[in-house]
Amino acid sequence: MNKLLAQEIYYFMVLGRNFEYAAKENYMQGNVSGFLHLDIGQEAFSVAAMKAFEKGDIFATYREHVMAMARGIEPKAVMAELFGKAEGVSGGKGGSMHLFEPSRFFYGGDAIVGGQIPNAVGCAYARKLQGAEDGVMVIFGDGASNGGAFFESLNIAATHKLPLLFLCENNEYAIGTNIKRSAPFREQAKKAEPYMMTLSVDGMKAEAVYETIKEAQKLIEDGHGPIFVEAFTCRFEGHSVSDANSYRSTQEMSHCKAKDPLVHFKKELLERWMCSDKELQEIEQKAQTAVDEAVAFAKNATEPNVAALFEHVFVEEV
Amino acid sequence: MLYREALNKALDEVMAIDDTVVTLGEDVGLYGGSFRVTEGLVEKYGEERVIDTPIAELSIVGNAVGMAIGGLRPVAEIMTGNFSLLAFDQIINHMAKLHYMSNGKVILPMVVRFPQGVSKQLAAQHSESYEQMLCSVPGLRVLSVCDVNYAYHALKYAILSNDPFVFIEHELLYNKKGEVNFEEQLDPFKARIVKEGEDITIISYLKMVDDVMQSVPAIESALNCSCEVIDLCSLNPIDYETLAASIKKTSRLVMVEEDHKTGGFGSQVVAWAAEEMFYELDAAPLRLAGADVSIPYNRTLELASIPTPDSIAQEIIAWGRKNDV
Repeated sequence: MNKLLAQEIYYFMVLGRNFEYAAKENYMQGNVSGFLHLDIGQEAFSVAAMKAFEKGDIFATYREHVMAMARGIEPKAVMAELFGKAEGVSGGKGGSMHLFEPSRFFYGGDAIVGGQIPNAVGCAYARKLQGAEDGVMVIFGDGASNGGAFFESLNIAATHKLPLLFLCENNEYAIGTNIKRSAPFREQAKKAEPYMMTLSVDGMKAEAVYETIKEAQKLIEDGHGPIFVEAFTCRFEGHSVSDANSYRSTQEMSHCKAKDPLVHFKKELLERWMCSDKELQEIEQKAQTAVDEAVAFAKNATEPNVAALFEHVFVEEV
Repeated sequence: MLYREALNKALDEVMAIDDTVVTLGEDVGLYGGSFRVTEGLVEKYGEERVIDTPIAELSIVGNAVGMAIGGLRPVAEIMTGNFSLLAFDQIINHMAKLHYMSNGKVILPMVVRFPQGVSKQLAAQHSESYEQMLCSVPGLRVLSVCDVNYAYHALKYAILSNDPFVFIEHELLYNKKGEVNFEEQLDPFKARIVKEGEDITIISYLKMVDDVMQSVPAIESALNCSCEVIDLCSLNPIDYETLAASIKKTSRLVMVEEDHKTGGFGSQVVAWAAEEMFYELDAAPLRLAGADVSIPYNRTLELASIPTPDSIAQEIIAWGRKNDV
């Protein structure tokens, strides 16, 4: 990490936070519909992981707006997708949960819990066969690490020593069910230990996430096969906007919010990287401007033509 | 050439010209495939391209999807149709949807080979047919293979296409003999007229086409008529044009299939005929299909659960007499 990179990560974290609040506001106004899973509270994890794993293929979950933007997808294209507009990154056909941009090696946006993990395994197999330099990173939550797709994937990735980084975002909630009630232990890395090397990190600290992903990437490059990284995070909002978050106590929430990754990383920038208040204000302003522009763009973007309904069912006409 | 040899040759030829083609599945490598379709390929192309997988169907299809995203052309083999149910999340939610959900950005050139159907006393969990479910999912091309020549050409086409294909084979056809015309430019989406006739159009697919052909002499002699037999070949899309031309000629329609009658694939064909061909028909269509029961082990009960050449002949003759054929 260096100062410039730290500032870039901070920019995307602020962008992410403000973007998610803007998405929520527009959901309340009826501009965004369907399911909307906000990443508020987990920005350090989402941004630092993407910035550390800067090349290679990404397979993510339905809580992926911030990751997509950190990967280089324009906030305008993401917000327009949330609005269901033709200029959206998926042409308005995917929505919040299905952001795809193969030119950025970003493959969703998968709304079947754990469903993207076998896809990442297959892609890692392809990369190994092709002798590619960059591997694959798959992001999933602690809810997915109780499912069959996850265990099958550990087994296959380890058998073939695939260049695959399993990144588990452990926020302790599978939708609304606490991990104590769905798994025998909190640390999901224990499930991966028989198959591969595992690393754990405080997912609320961007610099720690960054360094850990870099370390995992190095291990993969050195031929250790797949690596499992577990990041402990805290989701500030409900599972989706329609979840009132009633299953978590006020005390738990205040404990959670005391770990705000933006507050922590801002302190890092000021103290470790000697950024000035003015520098940070400029970054914050720039991020807010990008969000404002994204919302304005999405509002003015066009409704898909109804003819688009039958476009892209298949590649080839017969 | 045998049906399984035609499939093997198609795979072999495509693997030889395109090194992005890989095949994966349970026992496809060293064992040579449960139906010997992949025999000899691992020796030629190595274990990296002929991949023995764990018995984990969700991953077989799920990994194939990821391989296709990563620039390969995977041909996944499901050992038998019933096992595919463990992979249906990947088939429906991923294989069929990623291209559309991404507005065309993600392309999945892949094939899932799908042996299925009533074989011989394999009982309820190894005998079922799933084309009705697969064909109700937009985004999947679904081909069904009865003919040896079609097997060769259609498999090559599916592997080299940029769309996701489910390629349905029938477990009792692997040792069927036939000729392959290697020079032919075959359109895999066109129905095959197996036998021309004037009075009854009999539509079928997979092994039932052969059973229908066995029943035809008895039907033609009893009713003093001639039957036109059509093999659908492609189940998605359906070649309605060929079906319509035949029905216009014969004015009578029989649909024969092996899967369960309720919600079976043939209901789509007959529903189409009711909507589009009603005034061309001189009689209500006849549907012959499997009974609405799980397939039993006992041979007598097993044969009673699906159409056979004898039962097809009997039912069509009775229907023909009632309808003045």
